[in-house]
Amino acid sequence: MTKTIPELKQVASQVRRDIVRMVHGCQSGHPGGSLGCTDFLTALYFSVMEHNPQFSMDGVGEDLFFLSNGHISPVFYSVLAHAGYFDKSELATFRKLNSRVQGHPTTHEKLPGVRIASGSLGQGLSVGIGAALAKKLNGDNKTVFTLHGDGELQEGQIWEAAMFAPHHKVDNLIATVDVNGQQIDGPTDKIMSLIDLAAKWTAFGWDVMTMNGNDMEDVVKVLNDAKGRTGQGKPIVILMTTGMGYGVDFMMGSHKWHGVAPNDEQLAAALAQLEETLGDY
Amino acid sequence: MKKYTFTDKKDTRSGFGAGLVEAGRKNDKVVALCADLIGSLKMGDFIKEFPERFFQTGIAEANMMGIAAGLTIGDKIPFTGTFANFSTGRVYDQIRQSIAYSDKNVKICASHAGLTLGEDGATHQILEDIGLMKMLPGMTVINPCDYNQTKAATIAIAEYEGPVYLRFGRPVVPIFTDADQKFEIGKAWMVNEGKDVSIIATGHLVWEAIKAGEILEQEGIDAEIINIHTIKPLDEEAILKSVAKTGCVVTAEEHNRLGGLGDSVAHVLATNNPTPQEFVAVDDSFGESGTPEQLMDKYGLNAAAIVAAVKKVIARKKA
Repeated sequence: MTKTIPELKQVASQVRRDIVRMVHGCQSGHPGGSLGCTDFLTALYFSVMEHNPQFSMDGVGEDLFFLSNGHISPVFYSVLAHAGYFDKSELATFRKLNSRVQGHPTTHEKLPGVRIASGSLGQGLSVGIGAALAKKLNGDNKTVFTLHGDGELQEGQIWEAAMFAPHHKVDNLIATVDVNGQQIDGPTDKIMSLIDLAAKWTAFGWDVMTMNGNDMEDVVKVLNDAKGRTGQGKPIVILMTTGMGYGVDFMMGSHKWHGVAPNDEQLAAALAQLEETLGDY
Repeated sequence: MKKYTFTDKKDTRSGFGAGLVEAGRKNDKVVALCADLIGSLKMGDFIKEFPERFFQTGIAEANMMGIAAGLTIGDKIPFTGTFANFSTGRVYDQIRQSIAYSDKNVKICASHAGLTLGEDGATHQILEDIGLMKMLPGMTVINPCDYNQTKAATIAIAEYEGPVYLRFGRPVVPIFTDADQKFEIGKAWMVNEGKDVSIIATGHLVWEAIKAGEILEQEGIDAEIINIHTIKPLDEEAILKSVAKTGCVVTAEEHNRLGGLGDSVAHVLATNNPTPQEFVAVDDSFGESGTPEQLMDKYGLNAAAIVAAVKKVIARKKA
């Protein structure tokens, strides 16, 4: 399934169009963070991870991904659909009655590709650690990835997990933090400052890496570098700088687009820009 | 009244420790996690035998629940261990989202439930845990009555697919069930057949119910005694069959009167066969420091309280 950089960019543009359409379709959801993390999730599923769209919950012999900041479900669902986990037509049912594509990811509706419910923040790192420990016990030499929002790091459980993973040498784990500096009520620095994230994770004993999460070349390179650094006694965390709403200019960088759906006019403007972007390739 | 005697007394948590080792021997998928209470949970023997299958999380219960959920994704059968208070209320959201809603095969094993933890006081006791856990869709809730039944339950839940809350206590209580029993999840255990009143008890209140039955027998009252070790799913058939015969019920549990076994029984009766019921339980209160015996006495969780409740409910029985 490995794609070239231009192909990855093309998928990312399709995913971004899905995101704005999905959120517009139900007038609900979180477009900002979804657009910001599109390049990362596209690279993960179409270039970096070894995974099987013929989904099995235990994922033996596969790399696994856990979305901890479940509110950016539109990007997760779109990437899974494009990767062949389920039919893309289901994306139109997002946040609607009787859908498998719930507001936040769920295993309850048996949506292929989802291994844990997330939405109540702060739990995904612990789950990822558990899955990574099971892989070690099973002699399964694959990697577990997680994604967290920077605002999510305000949850205490994250730091319980951050302490556990280096202590128990969970070195088949790559955690990723979407550092977009925004949360619902405003810029993260104003709501509850995270100060020096790199220093924090380093102090907890993690191997800390950084990347530009909206530069596909950098995303692919850093993720592959990180995979190459697994198995060396330390868990890895990647601090990924992104722009909230990246790809849609009027959403870019504003916390106001954390959880607001575009109206008809805004949808048209967003799609026009994303079509133009797609045209670049 | 069927005669029950005991030759030994042990804590139910030791039954959990013994059962965990056996479950580990029977199935190498069984793993265990503990939040800095190995001694209290009696997990030492499991760790000695299966060190690679044990994870110390430190004092971080939320993380422990999440890791347990993650381990199930790799087809492990995780048993978490800490006090009942920290196994439920402290981590309710983690259990709700990552375990129950995600339908993960985690066994939440909780010691020091109820108020007979004793001297530590209400901060370390919990009287709300059955209610919290039974309200979670898909969660099985088990509260065994003695050492042998706790051991059997621990072994049984390892073989059962789905999230389970297994509740046990700290104090030593009489061992009166068989050592080689088979534990059937969801199946009530008929302790004594009778015709005048149904005493439906759970946990170590079952022994108090037996003592109450003996006192009542002296007074000419023939009590049917049922041990409900599985509060969810509830053996409704056994309860309805019993009240159809006796016409009145006393429920007995070491839990808040609100949300526990009594409420579950009342719901079954209200929707099938409305029947007079009295509740032996803590009357919507927190506990306090004291010896287990003192607390049982003060909060009315003993044979005398059951006898008094039986007399009250018989007086309310329909003509």
